[in-house]
Amino acid sequence: MASKGEPVLEVRDLVKHFPLTQGIVVKRQVGAIKAVDGVSFDLHRGETLGIVGESGCGKSTLAKLLMALETPTSGTVRVAGKDLANAKGADLKRIRRNIQMVMQDPYTSLNPRMTVGDIVGEPFEIHSEVAPKGDRRKKVQELLDVVGLNPDHINRYPHQFSGGQRQRIGIARGLALQPEVIVCDEPVSALDVSIQAQVINLLERLQNEFDLAYIFIAHDLSVVRHISDRVAVMYLGKIVEIGRDTEIYDRPTHPYTQALLSAVPVPDPEGRENRERIILQGDPPSPANPPSGCRFRTRCWKAQEICAEEEPLLQIRPGADHPSACHFAEVHDVVHAS
Amino acid sequence: MQNPSVDTHLLPADTLGTAPLLAVDNLHVEFATRQGVARAVNGVSYALNAGETLAVLGESGSGKSVTAQAIMGILDMPPARIPKGEIRFRGTDLLKLSENARTQIRGQQIAMVFQDALSALNPVFTVGWQIAEMFRVHRGMGKKAAYAKAIELMDRVRIPAARQRVHDYPHQFSGGMRQRIMIAMSIALDPDVLIADEPTTALDVTVQAQIMELLAELQRESNMAMILITHDLGVVADVADKIAVMYGGRIVENAPVHDVYKTPAHPYTKGLLESIPRVDQKGQDLYAIKGLPPNLLDMPTGCAFNPRCPYRQDNCVTDVPPLHEISGTRSSACHYWREVLDGVEG
Ligand SMILES: Nc1ncnc2c1ncn2[C@@H]1O[C@H](COP(=O)(O)OP(=O)(O)OP(=O)(O)O)[C@@H](O)[C@H]1O
Ligand SMILES: Nc1ncnc2c1ncn2[C@@H]1O[C@H](COP(=O)(O)OP(=O)(O)OP(=O)(O)O)[C@@H](O)[C@H]1O
Ligand code: SF4
Ligand code: SF4
Ligand SMILES: [Mg+2]
Ligand SMILES: [Mg+2]
Repeated sequence: MASKGEPVLEVRDLVKHFPLTQGIVVKRQVGAIKAVDGVSFDLHRGETLGIVGESGCGKSTLAKLLMALETPTSGTVRVAGKDLANAKGADLKRIRRNIQMVMQDPYTSLNPRMTVGDIVGEPFEIHSEVAPKGDRRKKVQELLDVVGLNPDHINRYPHQFSGGQRQRIGIARGLALQPEVIVCDEPVSALDVSIQAQVINLLERLQNEFDLAYIFIAHDLSVVRHISDRVAVMYLGKIVEIGRDTEIYDRPTHPYTQALLSAVPVPDPEGRENRERIILQGDPPSPANPPSGCRFRTRCWKAQEICAEEEPLLQIRPGADHPSACHFAEVHDVVHAS
Repeated sequence: MQNPSVDTHLLPADTLGTAPLLAVDNLHVEFATRQGVARAVNGVSYALNAGETLAVLGESGSGKSVTAQAIMGILDMPPARIPKGEIRFRGTDLLKLSENARTQIRGQQIAMVFQDALSALNPVFTVGWQIAEMFRVHRGMGKKAAYAKAIELMDRVRIPAARQRVHDYPHQFSGGMRQRIMIAMSIALDPDVLIADEPTTALDVTVQAQIMELLAELQRESNMAMILITHDLGVVADVADKIAVMYGGRIVENAPVHDVYKTPAHPYTKGLLESIPRVDQKGQDLYAIKGLPPNLLDMPTGCAFNPRCPYRQDNCVTDVPPLHEISGTRSSACHYWREVLDGVEG
């Protein structure tokens, strides 16, 4: 695992609240959706941080904050030491170059009327210093080659490619500006099972080749384990547990992580009758009105009085080797994703 | 209680003794498209007994949903056409029945849960109204009785505070709850067979676990048979009794669940199982099936999997492999199933 030198990405107390308004003519703010509510972590060169958690827990909002596609309510994001919020003009442009994104849906995230060459080369329009006009075609063909697409297909349109190939186009575009960090929001969720593995292998190869750092958001916990050095588990806008892949998967200490891992179906029918399953009751509470104290307490089987009164901090507790946001954090070996 | 205005069991109970409850036999479905005829289903056969769960696995576009739609009788014809095959329910070929007779079976004896619950529910009616409608139309119930049944069903699929929420609209429920409402509608009339087409694909793992548990419980209560369409090998391992694997519009492997995971008999199945990330593979490349899924308008000659197959021999390009019977319960559509089964590396 890489933890050499300065982190390429430093996130501190990041908060994003979306205003909840009422009234049609005169809008009044009546509350806020706390989509991301105090998230901190570091990411180093060549490292992959996996992010998992239920739908709506704030993963994509976090990704957009990192990309400066949303303005944070408070908190900071530093890319290679530079604060994203204070940067302006040329500085902001340089920071943006350093962090790129690969989107979830290869079917809708590519403009159907642009050729593959235009799509992959589009970042050069804004950052013309990376590839002067005369060089672009060659640069784009190199990128296509890197991601395993035929460079001769530069003039084709997205609909002429399969899902897996389209995802490669998205990755080639993400690589165009030679960033240090790539944020992948569900990069393989829409792909065929047989194609997923091809894309994962490609991401890993590119990481080794260019020392890329990844933020890897995905639903599939076994894919996250495969690709990640560290994993952060989110619940209702907060990281509830973070650690190395083995710490999270083999020695989870937060009840939510334990429930999440136990819910992952194991692809082996042997012994299925005897598996422990923690089935969470109910739906996650609304992020507009999260429970007091510990946000997980409404679904937690270990909740005590203190859980409603005091918010558990994300910290290492006695008997554990990594941070967890639970007053009663303790290792519980659940059947985990293989 | 109420005297049903329609006869729900117009088909004779199984008179053949050992015949399966539902049997799809050599089914073919094709679509007329502007580019030509798309042969989406090319000879699918599978069978199902009461209380059993059959998982249908396979690549996207391999014909899983089209087969299910043919069973339900909800394909638009044209552009769809069924040139060949039978779908026998309690011994009767559904494809030979009148539309009227099929309507009687649909929803009452064979029901379906669709992948996308939000678009399958009508946004302008309350969920209670939509569930109650099933009882009014099919059971001739009055409004009050039908609503009471709706609340009972919402309770059964564990919608909290069902009595209060019966007048809510679909958009007021979360994705997981909407899927539970869909399930409530599909089991409303106590079907013998439930077809669940990717019932949890759009949901995350915690909600998925709730839904799968719910389906298993409903099945135990009523001995309902289930066809579960999915591409999640984990879900299949959890709930299936037997598996049908599809590729390019055909069944390439049929087997009891334990056999498939231990000793797959078709190279595609084997490749799928091997591409699941495993803990001991961390830091290594994942096994990946090379190449791309087939184009229905331009299928490879011989075995549809041959351009991607590590076991391919010359005859694979010329001869379509028949579905070889391996044992009473297993079959594989591969010329070289023996080698695959014996674990010979491709
Ligand atoms: N622009 C917005 N305005 C208001 N609310 C928003 C906005 N974007 C996201 N939200 C809300 O913020 C919360 C977090 O959403 P987000 O998309 O980050 O979740 P996610 O973890 O990516 O979920 P999924 O796994 O379903 O993609 C949700 O409750 C969502 O409804
Ligand atoms: N109305 C139609 N016209 C033309 N082709 C169709 C039509 N409906 C389905 N098809 C084609 O039939 C093939 C099989 O589709 P089907 O929906 O059964 O796939 P599937 O196995 O369910 O895939 P997925 O896992 O993506 O749901 C696909 O290639 C699809 O494009
Ligand atoms: S702090 Fe309390 S409610 Fe929260 S996870 Fe721990 S035990 Fe459960
Ligand atoms: S028939 Fe030939 S090409 Fe097809 S799966 Fe078997 S070995 Fe492979
Ligand atoms: Mg998201
Ligand atoms: Mg389908």
